[in-house]
Amino acid sequence: MAEDIKIGAYICQGCGIGERVDTAQLAQVAQRDAKANIVKEHPFLCNAEGVKMIQDDIDNEGVNRVAICACSRRAKTDAFSFDNVAITRANLREGVIWIRPDTDEARETTQEMAEDYVRMAVTETKYMSLPTGDEETKYTPNLLVVGGGVSGMTAAIEAAKAGYSVAIIEKTGALGGAAANSWKRIPQRGPYADPEDTGVDALISEIEANDKITVHLNSTITKTSGAPGRFSVDITTESGSTVTENFGAIVQASGYKEYDASQLPEFGYGKSANVVTQAELDAMAKEANGAPLKTKDGKDVTSVAFIQCVGQRSDKEGHLPYCSGHCCSTSIKQAMYFKDANPDIDTNVIYTDLRTPGAGGEDFYRSGQRKGITFTKGEVSEVVESGGSLEVKFRDLILAEDTSEKVDLVVLATGQVANAGVNIEEVDQDEPGQFTVNVDSILNMDYRQGKDLPQLKYGFSDSHFICFPYETRRTGIYATGPVRRPMDMQQAIEDATGAAMKAIQAIENAAKGRAAHPRSGDLSFPHFRREGCTQCKRCTVECPFGAIDEDEQRFPVFNEERCRRCGTCMGACPVRVISFENYSVDSVGQQLKIVDIPDEFDEKPRILALACENDAYPALDMAAMNKVEYSAFVRVIPVRCLGSVNLIWITDALNSGYDGVVLMGCQKGENYQCHFVKGSEIAHIRMSKVDDTLQSLSLEPERVSVHEVAITDIERAPGIINEMAETIEKIGMSPFKF
Amino acid sequence: MADIIATNETILVVGGGISGMTAALEAAECGKQVILIEKGPSVGGRVSQLYKYFPKLCHPTCGQEINQRRIKANKNVRLLTMTEVAEVSGEAGNYSVTLKTAPRYVTENCTACGDCGEAVEAEFDSEHNYGLGKRKGAYLPHQMAYPQRYVLDPSIIGTPDATKAKEACKYDAIDLDMQEETTSITVGAIIWATGWRPYDANKIQPYGYDRFANVITSVEFERLMDPHGPTGGKLLRPSDGKEAKDIAFIQCAGSRDRNYLKHCSRICCMASLKQTTYVREKYADDGKATIYYIDIRAIDRIDDFYQNVKADENVSFIKSKVAKIEEDKASGNPVLHGVNTEGYERYANPHDLVVLAVGMEPSVASEDFPIKVTVNDNGFIEQDEANGAIFAAGCASDALDVNRAVQSATASALRAIQVVNKVAGMEG
Repeated sequence: MAEDIKIGAYICQGCGIGERVDTAQLAQVAQRDAKANIVKEHPFLCNAEGVKMIQDDIDNEGVNRVAICACSRRAKTDAFSFDNVAITRANLREGVIWIRPDTDEARETTQEMAEDYVRMAVTETKYMSLPTGDEETKYTPNLLVVGGGVSGMTAAIEAAKAGYSVAIIEKTGALGGAAANSWKRIPQRGPYADPEDTGVDALISEIEANDKITVHLNSTITKTSGAPGRFSVDITTESGSTVTENFGAIVQASGYKEYDASQLPEFGYGKSANVVTQAELDAMAKEANGAPLKTKDGKDVTSVAFIQCVGQRSDKEGHLPYCSGHCCSTSIKQAMYFKDANPDIDTNVIYTDLRTPGAGGEDFYRSGQRKGITFTKGEVSEVVESGGSLEVKFRDLILAEDTSEKVDLVVLATGQVANAGVNIEEVDQDEPGQFTVNVDSILNMDYRQGKDLPQLKYGFSDSHFICFPYETRRTGIYATGPVRRPMDMQQAIEDATGAAMKAIQAIENAAKGRAAHPRSGDLSFPHFRREGCTQCKRCTVECPFGAIDEDEQRFPVFNEERCRRCGTCMGACPVRVISFENYSVDSVGQQLKIVDIPDEFDEKPRILALACENDAYPALDMAAMNKVEYSAFVRVIPVRCLGSVNLIWITDALNSGYDGVVLMGCQKGENYQCHFVKGSEIAHIRMSKVDDTLQSLSLEPERVSVHEVAITDIERAPGIINEMAETIEKIGMSPFKF
Repeated sequence: MADIIATNETILVVGGGISGMTAALEAAECGKQVILIEKGPSVGGRVSQLYKYFPKLCHPTCGQEINQRRIKANKNVRLLTMTEVAEVSGEAGNYSVTLKTAPRYVTENCTACGDCGEAVEAEFDSEHNYGLGKRKGAYLPHQMAYPQRYVLDPSIIGTPDATKAKEACKYDAIDLDMQEETTSITVGAIIWATGWRPYDANKIQPYGYDRFANVITSVEFERLMDPHGPTGGKLLRPSDGKEAKDIAFIQCAGSRDRNYLKHCSRICCMASLKQTTYVREKYADDGKATIYYIDIRAIDRIDDFYQNVKADENVSFIKSKVAKIEEDKASGNPVLHGVNTEGYERYANPHDLVVLAVGMEPSVASEDFPIKVTVNDNGFIEQDEANGAIFAAGCASDALDVNRAVQSATASALRAIQVVNKVAGMEG
């Protein structure tokens, strides 16, 4: 960095800090040990006067690094927000005085703790610079929508309404998707009594009339490269001609396929023409265009059975384990096709749980009952042809008996199967520079980690699911509609509008070099020192977001706009050539090294705790609010994600005389809570190799422990620290004290 | 209050629950100016009162932490707590809104040190715990409250407690003269994210919520699990503090019933399934749960959660709309009466505790909206051009789970952006 570093350290005496620790001594430590240029104490740093004192030093004294030695970095963020300077915090309140008893015997260790945190905060500022952001960013207010069904058309129209240009790629010869083959849809507005027009024609007309939207029919994507703000996409038509266009973000609305009913021979599908799927029945109704529906042999229909959950909610081999959400209402809608035409037609919906949620669902169900649709709680075992009609055999769950019914037509509620492209975990990746087109892929991304969005469960694309449902593992690419979760048309419309929102946001943020969720607005991104790189590929393999590609010599190629700034690459790098301006192997490594390590005979061990800033660190803060005590021997450093923890920090800590190291990250696995999806999981795998390090140092394996900690672990997180303190008491101090 | 800068390119978000926070943040992270108002003293809404989410069984505070950090980091969002909309007039792209801010009596000098809370004596029913426990007259709404700032109960103003609080504060953060403030602003679009409230269980007379101590609601049950809740995280029943190991869950308590709420509230089945895991978490093999239901609505991808609970031999399912609850005077056990419709058997089942899976109704009754919006029979706001640039987000629009509420909020953010972008285009 060309600019001179000038560090201001500001020590607060408020909230009891002044009474519990010797702040004059802290000031001395900041100046003498950590070499802060300006050090000031203040009785109440976060009030207007304290804040002004800091701002004056920034304005008049050229302070460009600020160490706030006061409360947690999570508190008083409004007050301690200064533009254009790098800020660190020494957590003297939640990290020291609130977790230590106010007793005479505790005073010395409490003071030591506070002094170390001051040293660490000041030191950290030396190894930080203000992120400048990527200067190569592009503003590309163009959106690519993959799929021309209801979800895709909605995303396109909604984005265009906000002023963005959109291209829709549709692999068939027409817009409309699955809904285009439907006669009517489930009602979306009150009184929710009757099926309504699908709205597909209106959407198509709106698209045709909108000069911001272009449509590529009979087209697929043969290559997607780049990153948010600069995606470059090859669009290839059926005839083989290819155009390359640039987009700022992508919405993947590739929809679903209907479950293959021929896998269900017990229901007579394929054996009798009068056993049809829901989609086929809707196509028949559309074909009839309001005329009465006939059996396949041209007879009037007098009775229909609708069988719910066919091949769904089932653990049988080849069946779908999930519920497709829309089928109960769809059967009601279809039964109404018959009842509205002729109330004398018998319609029986055979179900196990009838699922019509939300404001309108129950009204629609009641409307069906009023129209005379029969609902039978039962489990169908078999459908057989018998004397020109179909016999549906089922167990009536209310009457608790096996029974059967003869009908003219059977409609099977088969489920939705996500059309998510290839499962990247199951196909081999191309060699760098050797891109090949995969015809089964939706996006054909040339990313190092594979051609399509990663999937989480049952073939649906991965998402954080509850709090942040749109967050896929490929920045700037948002899945929407039934490719993400089974859903009906009304939900797909809502979902697509949200996905368009996220895509627009990605375009705006990419243009400014800002990170996407969850570190939204972060301007830092990984820098990499090529000369030190050994081309080991760990960063390119481990990045949870597929942000890093490889060039032909296997050097990593960082795509800043894809990066979510978790630091997993930095943690992975064995030769430590990856760093962020404000977060690096040094910014943490130097902090842990400046901690004062008492000698072996002092009986004062030192424990390093690296705590995920998203969950474990807040849990420790809340423990402090509740005055839960923990060992004064620990020094806690928040990390962006456990995935960013580099083994060198542990090795350095052990080498410099720490007696134990505790790592705290988020829950991993299928129900992951890690905000970077894979960060915590990768860290756990990486840390399983820490035993080698311990062995090489002839240290006990108990000295390092890795934990999954939830934000609510207010007792447990301090408990983990205390356990380590007890362990050290048992196994003794580290021999590496110098 | 510092000056609020708002123009007809500003988006107003009403309600600081997960939907409102999401809508505000998604718009702000797209570069838009947003004013987020919340009636209560802190953001988070109903989700901050939950112990765990289905289906991942993770803690709502985890996502809240991220959302709070997003607010702290984003200068495009202006958060006003204790604030409600008093009046709205105008049209899409140009609304005049009058905001009313109730006095908090605590300024931004507050460090949340807690001295005022210790100094005052008066106690009140804790809103955060649905009245199951007490809070002080000077209090932080809950552990994760943001802003992390105390609030004084208005009823202690003018009492010796108020003076005690003021004297206890070392930071001059208590201002007993604070008054209600009225602010007029202009905004281009309004996102209505006022959320839901649990249906009033007292109205379901046969279940005796008002008569039997050991009949509680599903939202109250969540509070029992909170380690900082009224029971310190123990499943203790109200009548005698006994451990509740055999718990009945009654579905559709107030939902799918023309006498109460005629809609299905969507979340209750999954919520009860989730709560059966609480019983197992606390009591392992000694914990038993029984779900009385009409249909189990574990919709879409998460049906596997239901399958897993169904496979738990300590959880039973009875297809029945419970007819009535009586109390066994000697034991205090509620006794459930009804007919199991699978096989038509009468039952009279005693349990330690009954949890009513109460329905979800919109927080704001349709007649109470400050401007005319199209509302359906069930009280939820419908999408309608007549609503101009007033867009519903989350449970103001439908009975939704968190995942869908966030989806809805994200969609509403785009609808609002469409309006303010149009305004910007016209002016530019």
